[in-house]
Amino acid sequence: MMSSCLSVCRVGISFVMMNIFYKSAVDSLPELSPQKYFSTLQPGKASLAYFCQADSPGTSVFLEELNEAVKPLQDYGISVAKVNCVKEETSRYCGKEKDLMKAYLFRGNILLREFPTDTLFDANAIVAHVLFALLFNEVKYITTLEDLQNIENALKGKANVVFSYVRAIGTPEHRAVMEAAFVYGNTHQFVLTTEIALLESIGTEDIEYAHLYFFHCKAVLDLTQQCRRTLMERPLTTLNIHRFIKTMEAPLLTEVAEDPQQVSTVHLQLGLPLVFIVSQQATYEADRGTAEWVAWRLLGKAGVLLLLRDSLEVDIPQHANVVFKREEGVPVEFLVLHDIDLIISRVENNMHIEEVREDEDNDMEGPDIDIQDDEVAETIYRDRKRQLPLELTVELTEETFNATVMASDSIVLFYAGWQAVSMAFLQSYIDVAIKLKGTPTMLLTRVNCADWSGVCTKQNVTQFPVVKMYKEGRNPVSYAGMLGTEDLLKFIQLNRISCPVNITSVQEAEEYLSGELYKDLISYSSVSVLGLFSPTMTSGQINMLQLFQPCCLPDTKKPEITVENLPIYLRLQKPLLILFSDGSIIPRYKKTILTLVKEKHLDSLTPCWLNLKNTPVGRGILQVYFDALPPLPLLLVVNLHSGGQVFAFPSDQDVTEQNLLLWLKKLEAGLESHITILPAQEWKPPFPAYDFLSMMEAAASRRSTREGPECVKETDVQESHEEQHEDKPAIRDEPTETLRIKHWNRSNWFKEAEKSFRHDNKEL
Amino acid sequence: MGLSAAAPLWGPPGLLLTIALHPALSLRPAKASAPPHRDYCVLGAGPAGLQMAYFLQRAGRDYVVFERAPGPGSFFTRYPRHRKLISINKRYTGKVNAEFNLRHDWNSLLSHDPRLLFRHYSHAYFPDAGDMVRYLRDFADRLQLHVLYNTTIAHVTLLKDRLAWNGHYFILTDQKGQAYQCSVLLVATGLSVPNQVDFPGSEYAEGYESVSVDPKDFVGQNVLILGRGNSAFETAENILGVTNFIHMLSRSRVRLSWATHYVGDLRAINNGLLDTYQLKSLDGLLESDLTNLAIVKDREGRFHVTLKFFLEEANQSADAITLPQDDNDNFAMREAYDRVIRCLGWNFDFSIFNKSLRLSSGGEFSKKYPLVRASYESKGSRGLFVLGTASHSVDYRKSAGGFIHGFRYTVRAVHRLLEHRHHGITWPATEHPITQLTSSIVRRVNEASGLYQMFSVLADVVLLKENAAAFEYLEEFPMQMLAQLETITGRNARHGLFIINMEYGRNFSGPDKDVFFYDRSVGHTEDAWRSNFLHPVIYYYRHLPTEQEVRFRSADWPLPRPTAIHHIVEDFLTDWTAPVGHILPLRRFLENCLDTDLRSFYAESCFLFALTRQKQPPFCQQGYLRMQGLVGTENLRQHGVESGLLRDYAAVGKRQEDSGRRPGDHEPAGHPLAPEPPVQPPDSNKEEL
Repeated sequence: MMSSCLSVCRVGISFVMMNIFYKSAVDSLPELSPQKYFSTLQPGKASLAYFCQADSPGTSVFLEELNEAVKPLQDYGISVAKVNCVKEETSRYCGKEKDLMKAYLFRGNILLREFPTDTLFDANAIVAHVLFALLFNEVKYITTLEDLQNIENALKGKANVVFSYVRAIGTPEHRAVMEAAFVYGNTHQFVLTTEIALLESIGTEDIEYAHLYFFHCKAVLDLTQQCRRTLMERPLTTLNIHRFIKTMEAPLLTEVAEDPQQVSTVHLQLGLPLVFIVSQQATYEADRGTAEWVAWRLLGKAGVLLLLRDSLEVDIPQHANVVFKREEGVPVEFLVLHDIDLIISRVENNMHIEEVREDEDNDMEGPDIDIQDDEVAETIYRDRKRQLPLELTVELTEETFNATVMASDSIVLFYAGWQAVSMAFLQSYIDVAIKLKGTPTMLLTRVNCADWSGVCTKQNVTQFPVVKMYKEGRNPVSYAGMLGTEDLLKFIQLNRISCPVNITSVQEAEEYLSGELYKDLISYSSVSVLGLFSPTMTSGQINMLQLFQPCCLPDTKKPEITVENLPIYLRLQKPLLILFSDGSIIPRYKKTILTLVKEKHLDSLTPCWLNLKNTPVGRGILQVYFDALPPLPLLLVVNLHSGGQVFAFPSDQDVTEQNLLLWLKKLEAGLESHITILPAQEWKPPFPAYDFLSMMEAAASRRSTREGPECVKETDVQESHEEQHEDKPAIRDEPTETLRIKHWNRSNWFKEAEKSFRHDNKEL
Repeated sequence: MGLSAAAPLWGPPGLLLTIALHPALSLRPAKASAPPHRDYCVLGAGPAGLQMAYFLQRAGRDYVVFERAPGPGSFFTRYPRHRKLISINKRYTGKVNAEFNLRHDWNSLLSHDPRLLFRHYSHAYFPDAGDMVRYLRDFADRLQLHVLYNTTIAHVTLLKDRLAWNGHYFILTDQKGQAYQCSVLLVATGLSVPNQVDFPGSEYAEGYESVSVDPKDFVGQNVLILGRGNSAFETAENILGVTNFIHMLSRSRVRLSWATHYVGDLRAINNGLLDTYQLKSLDGLLESDLTNLAIVKDREGRFHVTLKFFLEEANQSADAITLPQDDNDNFAMREAYDRVIRCLGWNFDFSIFNKSLRLSSGGEFSKKYPLVRASYESKGSRGLFVLGTASHSVDYRKSAGGFIHGFRYTVRAVHRLLEHRHHGITWPATEHPITQLTSSIVRRVNEASGLYQMFSVLADVVLLKENAAAFEYLEEFPMQMLAQLETITGRNARHGLFIINMEYGRNFSGPDKDVFFYDRSVGHTEDAWRSNFLHPVIYYYRHLPTEQEVRFRSADWPLPRPTAIHHIVEDFLTDWTAPVGHILPLRRFLENCLDTDLRSFYAESCFLFALTRQKQPPFCQQGYLRMQGLVGTENLRQHGVESGLLRDYAAVGKRQEDSGRRPGDHEPAGHPLAPEPPVQPPDSNKEEL
């Protein structure tokens, strides 16, 4: 899906950054004398030189920034040097005073420009200024609306315009525009302004740092007509501009007649979705018009294609009029959308999320890894200062454990103080103790395995949490229910009576079934099972009764699914027919469904009911199924086990036996289109990990290159002392790398894109 | 205990070997000359021999221990000469975890009996050697270990037999000529031969083993001590206050154990002489190779140090021998000594082993120890294992394998190996679903004593099952045997594995290292790989490394290059349970190695995933979908909503416009939250954004 493309971009971005870093360590700034420098200049080649006094300090902020710009400039074929003005060789470029040193840009040995060092305030500014100077023809700098109109008019029918506004020259946005101009300057006319008024005059609102427009002038044949404009909605970064221009260059609308699952365009490679407008012969003209309109609306956000249904070999659902493909390799979604705006909003909502995430990724990569994203661990951590009434349960130790569980029927919770899940359950356990306070029941005890490791090992507890019941010296029984207050309470209460209950008379049996027997416990049990045995039966057969754990059977009378019982319904492995309601169930619905159940029409489904009052998380589910919360009650079929399609019973139809049956038949026949398909992605690591292996190897290779092949003399204490602690933690001199062992292949497309990006380069 | 008395203890022979043993058993009463047979023979009832006896006994194996003295631990009846053990007996740690406390108990042997902990035998932090003797006697008696005392094995030979477990039997002959036939021989005889350096005049030196321990005998004397180990310093410590001066001479510089992190180097408790030397109190340390020296005795019976070289060219009477000070009148050792004491350590006694056993020393540079593999099996004969102090060649000057607190674990590892090799019992392991992986590792690195003491020698191993859905956890495997893991343990390592090791920083330990340098401690998780103090390191291998890869690994790596590595950042309290500092980075590492999501989720989240996604995270699969979801309390849910990791769905209904993050959030602005799975379909977030 979209978001996984994001991780691609993220890996990609960090890949670039790492690249820059490592290379820069290698491609450091050469230091030359003036004579030497001028002898290196080649005709046609651009070169940036910083002239400084030989006796000036070796490092300065400027030199550091310049050093950082060496690698990116080299990528554009521009060499960079530091020229030391020695006394013997005077050069006119060597300033008189130390403070007035400048950088000079040459092409061959012709001086193009000189830069006072304060204009080159950082690496971005250096790259931006140098490219700006070199791309004088490719990038037109303008200040008035008139300039813009002149350029626009001149290019109509000839070329497209990339118009951008940046707050100031030398900003990162300016650099991004210049880097894009380096690649695309031949194909499109770049226009740049720093005048905010100019931007306002073409009707832009919400002006922040930077804006970039694509003017579609090439297609304009009527000179009185204005060029269409597309605004790039993403932040101005080199990568974003690259992607944006690539999509501008792609055909506006493509007609296809193949399986949408197989279709791929540049959009997918750039992480943008594809929207197929399904067309039929009969309505071709109108569909094409619609598709073009949609294509303009989605330009730069998605690829739009016209899918010719009649010449298609594969089947697509009958009613589907739009096909949505989020990502390569992910099943396409067939949609029925009656409003074109819905298509737009679907894409834009997708975009929006992506954008937010990418922003986070750009600057938050480091901290992300260190932020807790485990909800259980985080909630326990936030709760760490609260005092739990632990005294309501008995803490057992190595000394007291055996004596206690032998002396009284006990429930034992095995947990570990550092383990979040078991600490979360400890809170429920304490709640049970609070509820049972004052009632005669089993002894509630606990063992902290972080302290009494030996006790836990002896009780065969090797993971946490575990609850065991020790009763009358028999083998302990492990609790296998939900780790929550209610289920544990039920378990404890029901275990007060023996299981199975031995019933010896008919009267007793009747009392049992009616709930008279063990009246106080009836609220805890959901199912009663009565087994009839003859005295000749073996105890093995009688033991079978114990297998009838109430949890194994879904409740068919009141089939309400809740957080606690859903797994029981899922075990049946059938599609769920869920009635979502907000509050009590409408009798008409209930009657209809029960009738169908009785008539065995729903045997292939698991009918159930989800009450948002009891299970508010149902809202979260509906939000996944629908864009906005639909009106309730609502009947849905969720095919969890084969395909993940979700179907909604049409809201304009009455829930009658007939309608419902017809709808289900159509469903079965594949005649209904689903409202969504549940994603089938695997659960991947939420974040990368630190790649210590690379860090260690980078440090080792640095050390070996520094030390060289010869051995350090053992006696040379001075030297070995310096060598000794070079891995001091205080000096962190390489980027923190992150690890995605199996994920390198995902970033491949990006590397490819990178390559083509570089291949487009021509030497200046 | 005589052999006949032990007869009822003969267990049934191992399943595999019924056929092999049967003739021997039936022959025994008929042929009186056939030596009695044991599956396992242990030489020596010192700590290592008793420790092995304990494991054999618990496993119900047929074994006997031979001990030449009338009781166990005879070494400790005489040594250390000044009776103070330098193994710490730390009785208080502030913790009750028995396994953790063993990390700081360097004298106890491993057993199931809490009464057999050394803290019940001495209150001293550095206990008296007599307490060790008492402890070992109790250990042997209370556990009813089969030890034949007063039995000196004088000779060990090999008897080839195709049917024997190892293709041969070990034939042991005692001082009375009684022979014993053993399938496996476990040598735990320690180091018993005092190390002597041969140079002219070496006969004038008194040995550590016999020198007087009464300071009165040294009053007003000039003393020269040869050697620079703990025995040398211990001897000096005893007489420091009564001598004129003590000079200490050895080939190499002093190695301080707090700089090398090796307990066999000079311990601070013995280092009084360093103090007096550096505080100009006449005592001193000198470095010279002893083999170049000579000691000559003058007419008054005092000793002069000279060079062997002078002696060879002289050929004259004692008085006329050239002394270094004749040429260099400021020669450091020009003063005559009243006593010369040799404290040069011990060597293994190779003399009782027949050549056919091919039990040899490690060559010129390590004559001290017999040569063994990392599995402690002799390189010369299969079935012969070296245990205890004598097995220290494996980790000499590195870890604790030469000392009780180290070899008690390596003995257990050898026993586990034998159990699999001869009795088909696979290396013990616990199996867990993958969701327990982080916890299993956190538990061990926080309490395991074997990993902690035998750092970089014994390591825990996690063997992944198919599709990494589950794993087996094996404890304390000799990590240099990694390539042979499958044959040694009988377990399958086909689906990748993790190794959990403890390590000091790469460049931190050494005799000349300043371990107190400023900024030595690492606190940030991203710098964990630079940790200096002992810290857990986890290696991930997609495939079991081969023998070649283990042997030809990089010089400063304890294991071959892994697919990925993780360091848990060093901790001042050695408590690696910090949720964000320790556990979270570990989980991320494991997740990325396994390419899955190992987070835990409340039941409500699993419920949402179950109805909105086709696949479920492992935690929900293992717990929730099996009706064992974590429900959580309202209080915790509230925290979850505040943190942004959980959503308040009840509130969603009320104010759909304004759900998700609220101004009251405590998260710093701009920090991303990952309340949803990373690849959540965008629709689910719609309301939030």
